[in-house]
Amino acid sequence: MAQDSQAQDKKARTFSALGKLLRTTTFKLTLVYLTVFALFAMALLGYFAFNTRRLITEQITDTVNAEITGLSEQYRLGGIRRLVLTVDARARRPGSSLYLVTTFNGDTLAGNVTDLPTGVLDTDGWIETPYKRLDETEGATHPEHHSLVRVFQLPGGFRLLVGRDLEERERLYSIIASAGRWSIALVIVLGLGGGLFVTRRVLRRVDAMTETSRSIMAGDLGERLPVEGTGDELDRLAENVNLMLERIEALMHGLKEVSDNIAHDLKTPLTRLRNRCEEALRTASSEAEYRSALEGTIEESDGLIRTFNALLLIARAESGQSRDDMAEFDAAELARDIGELYEPLAEERGIALTVEAEQPATLKGKRDLVSQALANLVDNAIKYSLAGERPADAPPPAILVRAQVEGERVLLTVADNGPGIPEADRSRALERFVRLEQSRSLPGSGLGLSLAAAVARLHDGELTLADNAPGLKSIIALPRTGPVQMAG
Amino acid sequence: MRLLIIEDDRDAADYLVKAFREVGHVADAAHDGDDGFAMALDGQYDVLIVDRMLPKRDGLSVIGELRKKHIETPALILSALGQVDDRVKGLRAGGDDYLPKPYSFTELLARVEVLSRRRAARAEETELRVGDLYLDRLSHTVRRGTEEIVLQPREFRLLEYLMRHAGQVVTRTMLLENVWDYHFDPQTNVIDVHISRLRSKIDKGFAQPLLHTVRGAGYMIRDGAR
Repeated sequence: MAQDSQAQDKKARTFSALGKLLRTTTFKLTLVYLTVFALFAMALLGYFAFNTRRLITEQITDTVNAEITGLSEQYRLGGIRRLVLTVDARARRPGSSLYLVTTFNGDTLAGNVTDLPTGVLDTDGWIETPYKRLDETEGATHPEHHSLVRVFQLPGGFRLLVGRDLEERERLYSIIASAGRWSIALVIVLGLGGGLFVTRRVLRRVDAMTETSRSIMAGDLGERLPVEGTGDELDRLAENVNLMLERIEALMHGLKEVSDNIAHDLKTPLTRLRNRCEEALRTASSEAEYRSALEGTIEESDGLIRTFNALLLIARAESGQSRDDMAEFDAAELARDIGELYEPLAEERGIALTVEAEQPATLKGKRDLVSQALANLVDNAIKYSLAGERPADAPPPAILVRAQVEGERVLLTVADNGPGIPEADRSRALERFVRLEQSRSLPGSGLGLSLAAAVARLHDGELTLADNAPGLKSIIALPRTGPVQMAG
Repeated sequence: MRLLIIEDDRDAADYLVKAFREVGHVADAAHDGDDGFAMALDGQYDVLIVDRMLPKRDGLSVIGELRKKHIETPALILSALGQVDDRVKGLRAGGDDYLPKPYSFTELLARVEVLSRRRAARAEETELRVGDLYLDRLSHTVRRGTEEIVLQPREFRLLEYLMRHAGQVVTRTMLLENVWDYHFDPQTNVIDVHISRLRSKIDKGFAQPLLHTVRGAGYMIRDGAR
């Protein structure tokens, strides 16, 4: 029983595999091609057979006509006697045509043919008829012969029959027919075999791809589709899918990093907040202590809200959905405004802040976002130009805010002469939440640069960090609008 | 001051009603757009505080309908949507101020008080006076007693805003929005430095300081002698 069901199982599996094979596009295509080729071969052979037959028939009629002309000439010249002699002579030659000369009532006078069906001699003209050769021994069974003959009524009541055996024609015809059968059989066998082979090959590769995609869908993003290196269409497909997978993996990685960072940057202040509350509950004894603990809590939550807002803003800027209502504004004026906003703060910290923005620099965009981006850069410059150890011979701290038109772009530059960012760290500094080790102790969400970069991208521009030797130079480059500046 | 709070979150509404009553105002609450609209139609309120997302009828359309019926009660919109675009939409719909959630009560209180007196101060005075500090909006001059004080244009606007709301708390965000027209939050407290510069110009050397810091809220200019 068990064996039985096992065998049945195996059979079912084989059938389902076969079914799968037969359902593939490749196999269906093979079938279509096979039919087309078989029909084509049949048509070709049919045409060939038809023409051969026609050609041979033509040859026979030509020969027979010529002989009849010749023989009637003999008859005209020498009467029946001469005709009989000539026919006798010709009939004895090997491979000769068929001849028969009879009287009006059918008695044979000369020739090599007998056993003609009755009525043949009464017709005048062409007829296909069975016959027997006269030289064939009586009694022995011979295959029936077929011939194409022409009966000619001679003047004086004699009849002349001349014909050719059709064996040659039949043989050729049957050769062609069998060639046709064989070639069609061959076409079908080879076609089906080749089709199955190719289909199986393709199916195996597609199955391998399907298998891999399943495991990718199951979560293993590191998997890649197999590439055979033949450069065919399946390879190209696999290569492109692999490229796509790489991009997805990179994005997923980025996403994971971001969420890890979000978790870190939101959880850290949340933990602090919680600790502060717990500590107040545990140790505070006076109203003043409770009050200060609560104030600290509010401050902490304000920081959280700021981080959250910055994150939302970056997400919005990056999704680019708010691209619509952009308006033209003067970036130089914006730079002067921001400079004016931060100048007292810089001065208070002993930093000289200067603004270079005399020429108008119009661009189309979101004024508020660009302001915020520039404000973040200035804020960073103020924060970090005093960070770290300043060498004794260092120049006094200074920040330059500049708006200028350069070619088709407006450059908003904030340059300081602080410690700067080492080149290796610069691209990392633009990533969300990255706060380089040395700055971990300073307040800030770590989102300032990311936000500026996102705003730049929203405006089809970019944020670059460069060496100000010493210090950091942050440049927001945005496409400009407005009148073309005159050369010189 | 009579306030109407239209907010569907009952906890938040109760908290606001209680908090406003504690500081001496009268506050009512409505929990959906239709109720809020009906209550506001009476026109008995000085300021409306309207949540943007409400059941039955959203906050913006409540304000829009009221304005169509020529009810000009100042309205402050509260919203979880804090972006500049949303803010602009809110103000276009007829709101007078926009405060993104989460907000601090001091910020809300300061803004509501400013709104409630806006109507009274609509007649634009050309000269503002607090104690012995005079500001002439036409000639752009500032005097303290008999002494003329020279201010930068931005300092002038800062002082003008403070003096127009003399006796009221003005928060840093309000200053940033109204004096600088920025709707973002600079991470460092740049406003404080501007205030201390202004203070050094108008208060330094005078016995009676006029520009006061209100702890945890913002600033206020007032005649201390009174």
